[in-house]
Amino acid sequence: MKTWAKILSVVLLVYTIVAGFLFDVPRLNIVNESIRSLYFHVPMWFGMIALFTVSLGYSILYLNKPSLKFDAYAVEFVHTGIVLNLLGLTTGMIWANYTWGSPWHGDPKQNGAAISLLIYLAYFVLRGSIDNEDQKARLSAVYNIFAYAAMVPLLFIIPRMTSSMHPGNGGNPGFNMYDLDSQMRLVFYPAVIGWGLLGAWIATLRVRIRLINEKLSNLEHD
Amino acid sequence: MKNFQILNMTRIIRLVMAILMLPLILNAQPVEMADTMRSEGKIYVVVAILLLIFAGLIAYLVMLDRKITKIEKRLSDERGPDADL
Repeated sequence: MKTWAKILSVVLLVYTIVAGFLFDVPRLNIVNESIRSLYFHVPMWFGMIALFTVSLGYSILYLNKPSLKFDAYAVEFVHTGIVLNLLGLTTGMIWANYTWGSPWHGDPKQNGAAISLLIYLAYFVLRGSIDNEDQKARLSAVYNIFAYAAMVPLLFIIPRMTSSMHPGNGGNPGFNMYDLDSQMRLVFYPAVIGWGLLGAWIATLRVRIRLINEKLSNLEHD
Repeated sequence: MKNFQILNMTRIIRLVMAILMLPLILNAQPVEMADTMRSEGKIYVVVAILLLIFAGLIAYLVMLDRKITKIEKRLSDERGPDADL
């Protein structure tokens, strides 16, 4: 990852923390000040989707032209994406507890997010169950494409077809109530980019460690 | 007499309007926000703490990044320039 992207991530996140707490937000009943969680909870999901998308790209590249490098990127971007998924789920549970009344509300989007977590955890189960490195990389690349294809309807289509308590769902695409407020978008979009880039930074560190490990084991075999 | 009737009518209309708008007025209670915290300036304390934690985590991440770069360099020196996978 380029240095400018890392700096951009830090700058955007410093801005998110400052503006996220100090800028005006709409005065709404029930959510009250907790509306500011939007700047931190939702970017976890956007970041996760971005990381999973990068991973999907590398899996396709791997199937096109097998290389340990592509496999390393695919694995570690899923790995970091799962961390963001867990953070999204737990922060969502805290937020739901105080606005919806209970941490697990059986909301379609909440359930969908939990199922996607299980689908992506199975990616590591699959990898762990194969000894042969090439086979492991190839099969998990195929599975990764399946996992992504399963995640998209779970997070974006089913919650919109049924009634969901998440804003912008239940037949209502977009951000509806937040959409009214351009001030919030001024913080929200930089927050999404900032958190996404931070996730990618951590993922690339893991990729580099994995590649170092590969090189070391190659050295041992020489 | 006529004047009196018109005056009465406007009064009745006003009264009806007022009753109709009652729910709106009752609903217009201010939404509770952390205004006191903001007016006291304590919100800056929260922001300062969050910024410090964030700065610490980023510094740690940068150090980790540099450490990995060093190991990568050491490894490529050992194997020669064309040691890429």
